[in-house]
Amino acid sequence: MTRGFKILTFQVSVIAAGALMMGVVADMARAAPPAAAASVTIGNFTFNSPTLTVKPGTTVTWTNADDIPHTVLSKDGVFKSKVLDTGDRFSFTFAKAGQFGYYCSLHPHMTGIVTVKA
Amino acid sequence: MFDDLDGDRRGFLKCMAWAGTGALFAFQGGIGSSIGLDAALAAPARHASVQPFTFAQISDSHIGFNKPPNADARATFREAIAKVKALPNRPDFVIHTGDVSQLSRDEEFDDAEQMLKELGLPVFFVPGEHDMLDPDGGKAFLNRFGKGTQGAGWYSFDHRGVHFVALVNVADLKPGGMGNLGAAQLAWLKADLAGRSSSTPIVVFAHIPLWTVYADWGWGTDDSAEALKLLARFGSVTVLNGHIHQITQKIEGKIAFHTARSTAFPQPAPGSAPSPGPLKVPSEQLHSMLGITDAQFVRGHDRIALIDSTLSA
Repeated sequence: MTRGFKILTFQVSVIAAGALMMGVVADMARAAPPAAAASVTIGNFTFNSPTLTVKPGTTVTWTNADDIPHTVLSKDGVFKSKVLDTGDRFSFTFAKAGQFGYYCSLHPHMTGIVTVKA
Repeated sequence: MFDDLDGDRRGFLKCMAWAGTGALFAFQGGIGSSIGLDAALAAPARHASVQPFTFAQISDSHIGFNKPPNADARATFREAIAKVKALPNRPDFVIHTGDVSQLSRDEEFDDAEQMLKELGLPVFFVPGEHDMLDPDGGKAFLNRFGKGTQGAGWYSFDHRGVHFVALVNVADLKPGGMGNLGAAQLAWLKADLAGRSSSTPIVVFAHIPLWTVYADWGWGTDDSAEALKLLARFGSVTVLNGHIHQITQKIEGKIAFHTARSTAFPQPAPGSAPSPGPLKVPSEQLHSMLGITDAQFVRGHDRIALIDSTLSA
């Protein structure tokens, strides 16, 4: 009986701990909803999602998958990456609605546009 | 401001010198002909009665590039320099048609400069888009290789009756566009050419081709037609470019165009691959696609032949 009681106690403890953790996660979710994110891969000298529509507050991350460096430069000067070598990333959070055209300053035939609307 | 190669100017020109794809150009009596490095190496020394001059072109050294198909672009650049040094007819100078570096890092520029010093020749540079990547958008390149130049790095000089014009078409590029010269440089070019005899042989060099090789990959210069219009009255015009890492050539009117190979890695023929990224050739093929290859163009009474040679020869 003693051993059975201990096992039961352990199981109850695990269940209680799990419930507690779930409660914590739920609290975290209420406090800070997961940030909206989107990604654009640069490959074969193109932005692979040349047109992208996101909600305000979304962070867009560009990743260069080419063997050649590229940049991400807003046409209106809103954002500007450093040179992105292979595997390098650049992120920008779009706080406000609008249309944001961009290009690669090394290879300006590479263009894209991010549309931000609620 | 570079009227000749004599005197104090020579020191300046050494700073400006550039070496292209290893093509060798020979001017005889105002008529240009060019021979590749391999042919030049094989040829007996010229008779002293002829006083030709030669210069060499090196392009797209991409110092710092270390991915397939070339793990060490420094090594292949050193080989190209050794090839120029081994010429029986010593070139008067070398031109480098841009993309000296891969990422505009100081150590890349420094290594290129140190290796080029081994030539003991003046080198004239124009920047490629890879040389504009420092935080100040090209100042690192200009401070090292473009002292005394105009604007983003353009200039001209005369040598033995030939007028050389170095143009920059990698600055301030426009979204959706290709190479760009810009109004300020075109105004300078107009003034630079004004008053020169139409019989003066002209050599123009710039990084991106000054004609549209392939618009889908941005292989051209948006406002090059305005520059070519200014050059149209001259009897002999040779345009030397890099950027596309392969030999292409074309003759239009009195203007002969030629692009040089890279010393770092080849790129695909226009439209033959999904992108213009490095052509990942097997290592045993690499040297045959770098350096210089045979290239000749003949135009009217003036003849400028370019014979490029490869690093495998």
